[in-house]
Amino acid sequence: MAKGIKDKVAILGMGCAKFGERWDKDAEQLAVEAFQEAIADAGIDTSQIDAAWLSVAFDAVNIGPSGIPLATALRLPNIGVTKVENYCASGTEAFRGAVYAVASGAADIALAVGVEKLKDTGYGGLPVRTRGSTFDMIGVTGSAPGNFAQLAAAYRNAHGVSKDDLKLAMAHVSVKSHANGAKNPKAHLRKLIDIDTVMNAPMIADPLGLFDCCGVSDGAACAIVTTPEIAHTLGKRDLVTVKALQIVTSNGWESQGTGWNGSYFHTTRTAAVKAYDEAGVTNPRDEISLIEVHDCFSITELVTMEDLYISPEGEGWKDVLNGFFDADGKVPCQIDGGLKCFGHPIGASGLRMIYENYLQLLGRAGERQRSTPPRLALSHNLGGMPNQNVSAVAIVGLPDA
Amino acid sequence: MNANSGILSYGAYIPRLRLQRSAIFAANAWFAAGLKGLAMGERAIANWDEDSVTMAVEAARDCLTGFDRGTVTALSLASTTHPFADRLNSGIVKEALTLSDSISALDVAGSQRAGTSSLIQALNAGVNGGTQLCVASELRKARPASEGELVQGDAAAAILVGAGDPIARFIGSHSVTLDFVDHFRASGADFDYTWESRWIRDEGYSMLLGDALAAAIETLVVDPAKIDRLLIPITVRGVPEGLAKKLGVPAAAVADTLAPNVGDSGVAHPLLMLAAALEQARPGETIMLVGFGQGCDVLLFETTEAIANLPRRDGFSGALARGKADENYLRFLFHRGLLDLDRGMRAEADQKQPGTTLFRNRKTVLGLVGGRCTKTGTVQFPRSEISVNPTDRAIGTQEDYPLAEKQARIVTYTADSLTYSPAPPQYYGMIDFEGGGRMFTEFADVDAESIEVGLAMKMMFRIKAVDEKRDFIKYFWKAVPVQQPAAGE
Repeated sequence: MAKGIKDKVAILGMGCAKFGERWDKDAEQLAVEAFQEAIADAGIDTSQIDAAWLSVAFDAVNIGPSGIPLATALRLPNIGVTKVENYCASGTEAFRGAVYAVASGAADIALAVGVEKLKDTGYGGLPVRTRGSTFDMIGVTGSAPGNFAQLAAAYRNAHGVSKDDLKLAMAHVSVKSHANGAKNPKAHLRKLIDIDTVMNAPMIADPLGLFDCCGVSDGAACAIVTTPEIAHTLGKRDLVTVKALQIVTSNGWESQGTGWNGSYFHTTRTAAVKAYDEAGVTNPRDEISLIEVHDCFSITELVTMEDLYISPEGEGWKDVLNGFFDADGKVPCQIDGGLKCFGHPIGASGLRMIYENYLQLLGRAGERQRSTPPRLALSHNLGGMPNQNVSAVAIVGLPDA
Repeated sequence: MNANSGILSYGAYIPRLRLQRSAIFAANAWFAAGLKGLAMGERAIANWDEDSVTMAVEAARDCLTGFDRGTVTALSLASTTHPFADRLNSGIVKEALTLSDSISALDVAGSQRAGTSSLIQALNAGVNGGTQLCVASELRKARPASEGELVQGDAAAAILVGAGDPIARFIGSHSVTLDFVDHFRASGADFDYTWESRWIRDEGYSMLLGDALAAAIETLVVDPAKIDRLLIPITVRGVPEGLAKKLGVPAAAVADTLAPNVGDSGVAHPLLMLAAALEQARPGETIMLVGFGQGCDVLLFETTEAIANLPRRDGFSGALARGKADENYLRFLFHRGLLDLDRGMRAEADQKQPGTTLFRNRKTVLGLVGGRCTKTGTVQFPRSEISVNPTDRAIGTQEDYPLAEKQARIVTYTADSLTYSPAPPQYYGMIDFEGGGRMFTEFADVDAESIEVGLAMKMMFRIKAVDEKRDFIKYFWKAVPVQQPAAGE
């Protein structure tokens, strides 16, 4: 395996716009909002940025197909700006572009911005869109909840879990995230909810009810990265470095081959193994301080606990019910509210997760700050659907972690 | 007439939903109280994703059970409700059945006897005609609160004709043609305009049809008392019985018109009744079949010993048994385009179909043909240049592997209430085929209470989506639960 990028790149600054229904803002304004926080945090000037990546998923209702809107909105100094899209994993994809540019030495300072203006689509959930003329003839144009809901039946079948037990564990996931989101001033959904509310909510895609689904939000998030050496030169003292960055893309085995039972993410398992290897993590359940995962739906978060090797296979639902992932549990998951409550502006989400991990590692997370000082934080950003997806795992941590 | 040619096989398809006529009447009684006399029994209704083409495919598949499809040399599809006025509808059926490219195909239309007329043409071709698949299919369209809405039904039937060892020999036929306009429907019009029923009964059924039957009996030299099955596709009560009495055909020979539980399926109806009769018939029976529409066709058959050896199929009785009672009249109106529900933004997705993509992938899309790696045996859908097998990514090794007739089992599923479907919730999921291969597919005809991982499924040809902007129908395959044999079967 390649040597990887452990500690080759440091985060110089990060920013995140308030997520939610930002009726009064365009995508460009949200990008500026996140960028202003990040560049102030970095303590540099725009002219010092060498390269930029922009992640946006739904270009039809956003800002179009190129990097130009970012260059224009931020008045970037005529540098290369690359627009990337990899479904809902786009945010981590932009981060990877910036990090790899710095790690390679091609850029000293690189920028990653993710933005999404979903509330201009008119849809309650995600808009319907084509996946290409060949897929559209033979594929299923289901909704996102419908695609992810299928994990539940397969998981029950694989592990002998009853419908009621699984539904209760899923409800715990959402109740926990609402409790966390309530403490986050930038979160979209800040209301506490109880188990009964989740269990009795209208069905969206069996067995996912309304409260098993994450928010659909406007928002933006931003990272500025450089090398640890340059960061020191610039006077940055609190450093968070990138320990691992892995993106794994389905090649059709799950949906066309033989052996996948539909109850887990093959890509996430692969990405996790690679990321732990890159970061030198041997026992994630003990070594990872906190995690931000792609909790687009409660069942996604639940099975991801196993796919990241935090919970043993088939036991994740018990860890959930035992509070292992609660804010005061052993390994908090979605301490910022997650996609569920912080919100899910597609292109920004992967960067938002890293933003939270960055704040937590530096002790800057305010009311929701984890009391046990975290050292290694993992983010998991997923795009697509269980049988065909892009799974990204990023691990960031303190330099000596 | 040819002693060695005749009917080789038969098949039937009746859509699963059976709308209760009492529900139709209950919704319309305030307006059309006179329909009460027809408000009994049930009628077959095509689901939103079925039309004359999809039903034709299912009837043809049933008919071809146990036959080598490579032997079919000609295909006809008779209907007055072909979805396309100018795109060979039987050509779509051909692709779905993965018949040889080297066949002739013909759409037959124009009257309610298009099915019997095309059958006569095929039978008269004799040994020179090769093996001909005659399909008749109809999706009836009637105005709300009309008599037609109550008495009609949707169905399809298929008859395989050719030389060899027929299950029923073709004795001969007799046809008359008269511009008797009991009803008509102009090109492009949605609904029939029908004249007074008393006139149709007296002048049409008693006189015109009665005379033609009498002439047929004389021409074909058959003793009416020896007719074992008289198939008259007129669902008006008493008409077939009255004709039989007049002709001297035994009352017991008059076949059920399927009025109580299917309804008059138009062009499909004579062939559907023929399929039902052949399923019951023993060797040596004389069967007389009628088609009526601006004249009539009378066909005479004699069953042979071969009928006892025909491979088992779902047939008419299987299709009938698959029925599920439906009381939802509003949904029926919506599915027929007669109720303009607010479908929401998700229904706005553009369904434009590039013609190039469809033609290039026609085997995959219309035929459900996957690929099988000749090196490792890996089966996959769709076929691809490089095998999906992670241990041997063999390049260029795949051969065509048809999946439509393979049974499958559910691996994952959901009932999606968010995505747009004309019949929510939309069921879909992953299935594994017996013998290898899997696909992520929509489900149809699913019951909420019985769906589970492991459920046995089979594939059916259905409408996937309709491009309403350009009036194009996109067809594909969906998985439906395998019908459980009824108790005692």
